[in-house]
Amino acid sequence: MSRVGVVVFPGSNCEHDVVAALSALGGRAELVWHAETDLAGYDALVLPGGFAHGDYLRPGALARFSPVMGAVAAAAEDGRPVLGICNGFQVLTEAGLLPGALQKNRGLTFLCQPTTLVVASARSVLTRGARVGQELVVPINHFSGSYVCDDATYRALVEGDQVVLRYADNPNGSRGDIAGIANVTGNVVGLMPHPERALSALLGSADGRVLLEGFLAAADDAAAQRLVTAP
Amino acid sequence: MSDEALHRALGLTDDEYALVEGVLHRAPNHLELAMFAVMWSEHCSYKSSRLHLRRLPTSAPWVLVGPGENAGVIDAGDGVAIALRIESHNHPSAIEPYQGAATGVGGILRDVFTMGARPLAVMDPLFFGPPDDARARWLVEGVVAGISGYGNSVGVPTIGGELTFDEGYAQNPLVNVLCVGALPRERLVLGRASGVGNLAVLLGSRTGRDGIGGVSVLASAGFSGADGAASLDDEKRPSVQVGDPYEEKRLIEACLALLDEGLVVGIQDLGGAGLTCAASETAARGGVGMDLDVTAVPLREAGMAPWEVMTSESQERMLAIVRPEDLAALEALCARWEVRSAVVGRVTAPVPDAAGRPVGMVRVREGFDGPVLAEAPAAALADEAPLYDRPRARPADLDALVDDDPVDEPAGDVAAELLAGLVDPAWVYRQYDSQLFLNTVVGPGRDAALLRLAGPGLPASERGFALTTDSNPRWCALDPRAGTALTLLEAIANLACVGATPAAVVNCLNFGNPEHPEVMWQLSEAVDGLAAACVATGLPVIGGNVSLYNESAGRDIDPTPVLGVVGLLERLVAPPPGWTWRDGDTVVLVGPREARPDPFPLAGSLFARRRGRRGGRLPAFDERALATCRFVAGEVARVCAGGPSPVAAVHDVGAGGLATALGEMSAASGVGLAWGDPRGHAELFTEAPGRFVVATRDPATLLDAAASAGVEATVLGVGAGERLTLGEWCDLAVADLAERRASALSAALGL
Repeated sequence: MSRVGVVVFPGSNCEHDVVAALSALGGRAELVWHAETDLAGYDALVLPGGFAHGDYLRPGALARFSPVMGAVAAAAEDGRPVLGICNGFQVLTEAGLLPGALQKNRGLTFLCQPTTLVVASARSVLTRGARVGQELVVPINHFSGSYVCDDATYRALVEGDQVVLRYADNPNGSRGDIAGIANVTGNVVGLMPHPERALSALLGSADGRVLLEGFLAAADDAAAQRLVTAP
Repeated sequence: MSDEALHRALGLTDDEYALVEGVLHRAPNHLELAMFAVMWSEHCSYKSSRLHLRRLPTSAPWVLVGPGENAGVIDAGDGVAIALRIESHNHPSAIEPYQGAATGVGGILRDVFTMGARPLAVMDPLFFGPPDDARARWLVEGVVAGISGYGNSVGVPTIGGELTFDEGYAQNPLVNVLCVGALPRERLVLGRASGVGNLAVLLGSRTGRDGIGGVSVLASAGFSGADGAASLDDEKRPSVQVGDPYEEKRLIEACLALLDEGLVVGIQDLGGAGLTCAASETAARGGVGMDLDVTAVPLREAGMAPWEVMTSESQERMLAIVRPEDLAALEALCARWEVRSAVVGRVTAPVPDAAGRPVGMVRVREGFDGPVLAEAPAAALADEAPLYDRPRARPADLDALVDDDPVDEPAGDVAAELLAGLVDPAWVYRQYDSQLFLNTVVGPGRDAALLRLAGPGLPASERGFALTTDSNPRWCALDPRAGTALTLLEAIANLACVGATPAAVVNCLNFGNPEHPEVMWQLSEAVDGLAAACVATGLPVIGGNVSLYNESAGRDIDPTPVLGVVGLLERLVAPPPGWTWRDGDTVVLVGPREARPDPFPLAGSLFARRRGRRGGRLPAFDERALATCRFVAGEVARVCAGGPSPVAAVHDVGAGGLATALGEMSAASGVGLAWGDPRGHAELFTEAPGRFVVATRDPATLLDAAASAGVEATVLGVGAGERLTLGEWCDLAVADLAERRASALSAALGL
């Protein structure tokens, strides 16, 4: 079985939830402290939600300098699945592993509420199990979740099939209703909504399962691939 | 400044100064005087209320820790204990709403993780003046942003609260905060020092000049500005502390890890009265003394005087008692979490007093073995503030008020009254992370919050727990004794809606100036009302907080006892029924249709308040209502356990009465209802607690079950159509109800 590393920065707060969610889906997930510089033992990585380094300066701006980020970039580079959820998405954009940026919400308040997402591409490690056009109810929980990018980037995202999730009813002013994007190769994904919070009807929605199950399957594929290519 | 003038400026009376001299057998020096002033402040010593609080029942077999510690703790089953605490941060929030509310959250989290519990959820009962006023809006937006900014960032979900607007709070808003945490039973720790020679280690933030005198200058006096406006008390602004949720987050993780590793023998947060309080309380509880080196305290700014260091209320600090051999391990663990640690003192043996009895002394030194700057018995600081039995007097105008019963108030425009009662607080709670830890089954905005009993580091369990905070100043102004008792009944009804059996109560007693005999009478009556209701329901009070001097320009707030009640569910695997009925569901009023002694009392109702009627007679605390709560809780608990129940939707009849409950359910359902025969507008707007609107697809089973439980049930009608029709009294489109409810708060706030 694959090993998923869940990166914990000081100030992260969704790390336990992500581990619990992946474990509930049969995955093997472990916390990794941000001072770690060797992530070779992990087949996939999650940067969870929270307020890394207090979100001081701006969300993700300090976290990109954490020692672990070099190894995160290396994992992204060699094709391992890397998922940034909420604050993790912000960190990935600040680190340049995903294009664009996340600005303050249109209404200038924090928003914690369910949103309906529409799957825009199934060509990513997160959405590979979902169907394009499928609607998923997944909560958001952020102050700075309004996705912005320049025109050229937006065109490239659309043409490259890198927009993976859009809001059905845009809550925060994101450009093009973007809720989540992938890199060109589809192995690095960032999204503002929290799929780990939508794992059971008891908590209001089980629609996050298809996303995290897809991610775990991608992690398993990466593990198998690494076994084959290991020296 | 002469010494006499100094003690008065610090908030001590001449008599209290004489008592300090008696304790020390000499005149106190300035540092000692400052320490006594903060510890003997109303806020820290409860000197006006303690006599009365003793009348509350505090024990039950499931209570592990009662009042007097940092938080109350109960056994929740499966090896898990729940810690609960409520506090006020009223005065700081009136002056600086963002930081006042933020540090209120921070402070209560520390009280809970001090017990070894991981804070799992926060609730915030808030009371403001009418929202059509610029200052009220500034306060609302600031307080909500402060709770959101701190609570979300520190990583503890905010799962509910209350939002009350009333002119009585215009100059003196109330910001209460409740925190619940959970811990493996065996990790329970108490805030006490032990082991002579052990070290006192200060963890967390450096100490600055913020919050100096917070408890004495700010929390233990009213607002005095010419028109009572707190904004005029600008000179008090430096007494408000400033919060740093990122520091607190690391402090939580570090402290819980220290407790897990067994690296501390006792731990205490630094809240009101700062280091003086933490040192004297831990030493007094442990029956030992403590030496503190004031020069070893890490400072934010140079040149702070010892009295400033000892009374600063800088946030995000903890005092840990550590065996010397564990110090290196503690320092390593703190370093990992980037938490500052500094040895600032050591536990000392008690010394015999004149009569030969051992007395633990708090000594402040300059240097670890340097000269003693201040010396006082720990117990004298922590526990021996004078107790006041302040004069009490029933308000002279109360009889006239009770006689002015709104029962004769004409119906007027019932539809307009119904609409006025529909306010969805979502604008507030959307700003709070209400879901972290994946426990929130029912979040803010419903009758009560319902959570899984789970969290990082807890043993696995299928149990659940529910929380509600309730208050009713309209009732308590009329009759604080009956009003407080009914408030507990309302809380129990709210818990019943999510299937929970109540287990313990905490209270935050927000009152006016205790030097006013009418206020002391209100406080005493409220305590007796709560005590009687707790005895009647078998509930222990496991903690509380008293906030006095809520007054401005000599006007006291209405008595506002806020009750936080935790309830338990044995099995939580399915969500409880919500507020939505479907086309064809039978809608039933479960509970006594008529209250006693008057069938449809309007005293203290929102309806009466909108008509400017503040008088009348409250309904009795009704055993039938209590039986109804037990019946509903049992039915809903069956749903939560995955079993069958005829209950398809449920909502308790609270503020605004049946009209509001039916309006809210109809709006949530998108389906109407025609109730043919309400017995007048008073039945629609009475707020007697312990009644429920239940929707069912199986009315025969519901009615049978209610009958066998001896509970009254009245069929109101069948869910259908697009209009809510209440006899001849009102006929409204469901879409209008929903629209009004969704937009009411932002419209009122001018957003």
